[in-house]
Amino acid sequence: MLTLEGLCIQQDDFTLSADLSIAAGARVAVVGPSGAGKSTFLGAMAGFVPLTKGRITWKGQDLTDAAPAVRPIAMLFQDHNLFPHLTAAQNIGLGLRPDLRLSTAQRGAVDRALEQVGLQGLGPRKPSQLSGGQQSRVAIARVLLQNRPVILLDEPFAALGPALKVEMLDLVAQMAAQQAATLLMVSHDPDDAARLCPQTVLVAEGRAFAPQDTSVLLADPPPALRAYLG
Amino acid sequence: MAHGAVPIKRIDLNAGAGIAAAGFVVVMILAPLVAVALRAESGARFGAGDLAALRFTVVQAGLSALFSIALAVPVARALARRRFWGRGALITLLGAPFILPVIVAILGLLAIFGRGGLLNAGLAALGLPAVQIYGLHGVVLAHVFFNLPLATRIILQGWQAIPAEHFRLAASLGFRPRDVFWRIEAPMLRAYLPGAALIVFAICLSSFAVALTLGGGPRATTLELAIYQAFTLDFDLARAAGLGLVQLCLVGIAALGAATVARADGFGRGMDGRVERFDAGGWMQRIADALTVALATLFVAGPVAMILWRGAWGSAQMSADVWASVLAASGHSLVIALLATALTLTLALGLSMARWRWAEGLGLLGVAVSPLVIGTGLFIMINPFFAPAGLALPVTVAVNALMALPFAVRVIAPAVRRAETDFGVLADQLGLTGVARLRLLILPRSRSALGFAAGLSAALAMGDLGVVVLFADPEWATLPLQIYRLMGAYQMQAASGAGVVLLALSLGLFWIFDQRGRRDVDA
Repeated sequence: MLTLEGLCIQQDDFTLSADLSIAAGARVAVVGPSGAGKSTFLGAMAGFVPLTKGRITWKGQDLTDAAPAVRPIAMLFQDHNLFPHLTAAQNIGLGLRPDLRLSTAQRGAVDRALEQVGLQGLGPRKPSQLSGGQQSRVAIARVLLQNRPVILLDEPFAALGPALKVEMLDLVAQMAAQQAATLLMVSHDPDDAARLCPQTVLVAEGRAFAPQDTSVLLADPPPALRAYLG
Repeated sequence: MAHGAVPIKRIDLNAGAGIAAAGFVVVMILAPLVAVALRAESGARFGAGDLAALRFTVVQAGLSALFSIALAVPVARALARRRFWGRGALITLLGAPFILPVIVAILGLLAIFGRGGLLNAGLAALGLPAVQIYGLHGVVLAHVFFNLPLATRIILQGWQAIPAEHFRLAASLGFRPRDVFWRIEAPMLRAYLPGAALIVFAICLSSFAVALTLGGGPRATTLELAIYQAFTLDFDLARAAGLGLVQLCLVGIAALGAATVARADGFGRGMDGRVERFDAGGWMQRIADALTVALATLFVAGPVAMILWRGAWGSAQMSADVWASVLAASGHSLVIALLATALTLTLALGLSMARWRWAEGLGLLGVAVSPLVIGTGLFIMINPFFAPAGLALPVTVAVNALMALPFAVRVIAPAVRRAETDFGVLADQLGLTGVARLRLLILPRSRSALGFAAGLSAALAMGDLGVVVLFADPEWATLPLQIYRLMGAYQMQAASGAGVVLLALSLGLFWIFDQRGRRDVDA
């Protein structure tokens, strides 16, 4: 269980508070108007946004002061998910060892991850030699190898076309299910949320609300969400 | 992230590298300054000759700045409003004097303006009296040669900072060229000229090699030259220290002034904004611009062409002895250049990776102190314990590295910052810390900046004729010092031949490093 306890983030005139828990293995959409703090919410869990108050725990273990890399969390950002100067295989290998001194077994694992995302043989290519969809697959393969119990998606596929985006989200969801990982994804598309995530966290009016049933929330949205969904 | 992710809890080698580099810079700059200050207090007298040196230093720097700026404005304007074949190459050429060894440029200037130069040959053919290059006007001429291109690049940046829309608006309002100048260009110049003038002034204050070769005598001695003479003629360390203290204050104030006023430093690489100029179509203006560009090109390229021409002849006639001494000196200079480059890059990377802005500022300290002052301080510190001549090589390496450091930091720090801005969060997420972060993120992302900075450092160290004159014994020399000695022995042909070797080595080092940095750079 991922628990945010009395969490409060203040940056200039922006505030976000949260007091909620997310069950292990849950799939949760994070929705809300732009600028409400969806990215900040994810960034706080990943350790990139300092907390003004509160605690974050995972299965009772306190993460509040842990460095991003030692948290049980893998995250995909809106952009800059791959190092352009490293090959696809190296980018994936970083998920196993940040200094890239990989053993033979680890190299094999990288090859298998490439295969799993449908990129067999493309390991030596650099990101600039791959299409947008293929670049996303490389990032997903790395998340696969990181094998962390929590996966955060901050709209990493927003730049892809609608069909490709759906394909990538399905791939991540399928992978998360395989690893029994908890998945939180920021979403601007109610269809994605409804299709993939049984639960939804609404971020609006300076608060991240506790997860609710996605179908119930979308069927009768509160005013803040209704204005946003249009 | 909507509200900007602030990285927290960084555990890596950045802070350590920053502290180590900052410590080295502080010790290597401050310790000699303290030594100079202490020594200067113990019984230095400031005589009439020293006052004359102070006055000459300020006057020549002021005149050099004035002429450089006055000539740079029309050149920059012509480059800003014309597009012609070779324009890009010409702007690159304007960057070349920065890495051109001073002694080589002086050989080139002598070949044109010197006793046996083209100018006097022409005057003699017309039956006119010869002109002398030595003295105030020679020093100013050489400084204008070096700083006209720099000032042009700075002012050109100013012109290119004017939005193209302003010129379009001016055209639609029917501005005449004069209106364009007063309404659009003059305000820009008011903002850029003081900074450009102060930069040139500060540079000329601490120029040593030019004064050494073209100045001299009671009427044309700069403070730096006076320091050198206090060493070599009188071995009066207290007086050298006193002069050093005055020089330190002077350059420090000028550098501080330049840093506060300056808008640009003429150091950028890309200079190719495209602006349609509707006001510059008149044929008078076209001819004036063409002439300006042609003269400026001739002024910058002429001396270099002359040294190549004379050097080719000179090297063909050099004796085996001279060749041997030139080759030995070349070896010393290459070692110094490579070691200084390694040190400069290490320090610049360390200072750039530290996340405090003051660390970067520390790297710029080298601009505010002159190499001869640092050299004097080091000499005072070393002299009681070792024979200074024995430490000529490490001292030259260290001082050259410190002098190149400001430029290296200006190039490398933005690249490191960009790497951290773009990929720091990803690197944190993946646990890329310490050496792995350096190897997999910082170095590859700042590769082209590192190559360019390495090229600059190597060329500067290769061509430097500065602190080495205080430490070298007669048996040992760097290539620029060897050339100076050949000139002093009136072996001008051999000096020109060695000058071509030095030119090739300096530009070659710059080219190799810069190319290596650019190769295989990924988007």
